[in-house]
Amino acid sequence: MNDLAASVLAGDRRAVARLLTLVENAPVEARRLLATLYPHTGHAHVIGVTGAPGTGKSTLVNQMTLELRRRGRTVGIIAVDPTSPFSGGAILGDRIRMQDVAGDPGVFIRSMATRGSLGGLARATADAIRVLDAFGRDIILVETVGVGQAEVEIARAAHTTVVLQIPTLGDDIQILKAGILEIADVLVINKADLPGTERVRAALSMMLDLGARSNDWRPPIIETIAVQGLGIAAVIDAVEQHLAYLKDGGRLAQRERQRVHDEIVSLLRDNLTARTLAALPEGALDSLVQRVCRRQIDPYAAVQEIIGK
Amino acid sequence: MSDERKIRVLVAKPGLDGHDRGAKVIARALRDAGMEVIYTGLRQTPEMIVEAAIQEDVDVVGLSILSGAHLTLVPRTCELLHKHGLDHVLVCVGGIIPEEDIPALKQAGVAAIFGPGTSTEDVATFIKDSVRPR
Repeated sequence: MNDLAASVLAGDRRAVARLLTLVENAPVEARRLLATLYPHTGHAHVIGVTGAPGTGKSTLVNQMTLELRRRGRTVGIIAVDPTSPFSGGAILGDRIRMQDVAGDPGVFIRSMATRGSLGGLARATADAIRVLDAFGRDIILVETVGVGQAEVEIARAAHTTVVLQIPTLGDDIQILKAGILEIADVLVINKADLPGTERVRAALSMMLDLGARSNDWRPPIIETIAVQGLGIAAVIDAVEQHLAYLKDGGRLAQRERQRVHDEIVSLLRDNLTARTLAALPEGALDSLVQRVCRRQIDPYAAVQEIIGK
Repeated sequence: MSDERKIRVLVAKPGLDGHDRGAKVIARALRDAGMEVIYTGLRQTPEMIVEAAIQEDVDVVGLSILSGAHLTLVPRTCELLHKHGLDHVLVCVGGIIPEEDIPALKQAGVAAIFGPGTSTEDVATFIKDSVRPR
């Protein structure tokens, strides 16, 4: 098994693919391998690409990858698509738009299904990023599922988050609402040949003017026509400037501390929950559920009964 | 839901076909059978297909061919899979394949050939029964 980790570090593409499968299917087994790889991670610039369905995320990722390759960077891509809540199956179609880069040895693309996660990523995405990082990719592009307004997990997983808008996605009230626009480090208006581009730009600009930001990075607004490859160099420039901004004055390290802190807390929560549930006597949870349904106790009291003992 | 092993299938259209309705129907049917289906679109070379099969670590490669070039494209794909050590990958072919070409394709390593009229359930069942454990 440890051979697999060694092969990943040696640059074996099949080993990378195998380990990614393990991370998805058998997280407990994968843990030991990930621990071996962990000291070799932390070098890649992780860039998230998110936006509503049909805004052009895969097409932009394809074009960004071409530009990054022109600049001599190696690229890993994780493209997430939704799992059907009914069958548990999924159609992963992001590779269709990535044909220009699919045959390039400097590019590794992995499609991933959400498998029930709701935040725009899969549960295994964070570990998959680490695998590609240890594999030695300079840049890791993470494409989320087509998101609505609240799937903001990507901002935690990525150093730089690119949010796509298109000119026809609604009026300035949509832009005033909270949600994914707030997590943008770089805003892209794709399909900028469509009418309404100026209006979206004005609305986004107003949003940025009104917002009380916790830092002094103002997300640039970049227009692209991704199918024609127009505006892409500006997107990569902006992403690189954002990384430089993060590195300046220790922001990146601070952010990493926060991310690790959140991750430990979240793992602890999962772990303690699993352990507590496993320690309950047979049927105890069911009987609590019944008592709550009969309105004999409320859910808070049920939890108290579990952890109070 | 998340800890079970999912069957991963690459559905690919090698060669110069212009139509992928059949491939899409199969992709959707396998999705509905609980599989994760990677669809890569039209006009793939065997090299592109095998590279995608490696990166996506699939259990099955489904090739859809209507153009008549199956005797060139399918053996080449099988050969490349073998060359990259992907012998565990189940290869299925769908499309318009004349009866007399079937032995040659099987000889090349194809596990099953599904012609017009095959029920999508049969395809899903065949895959579930035949995927090689790893």
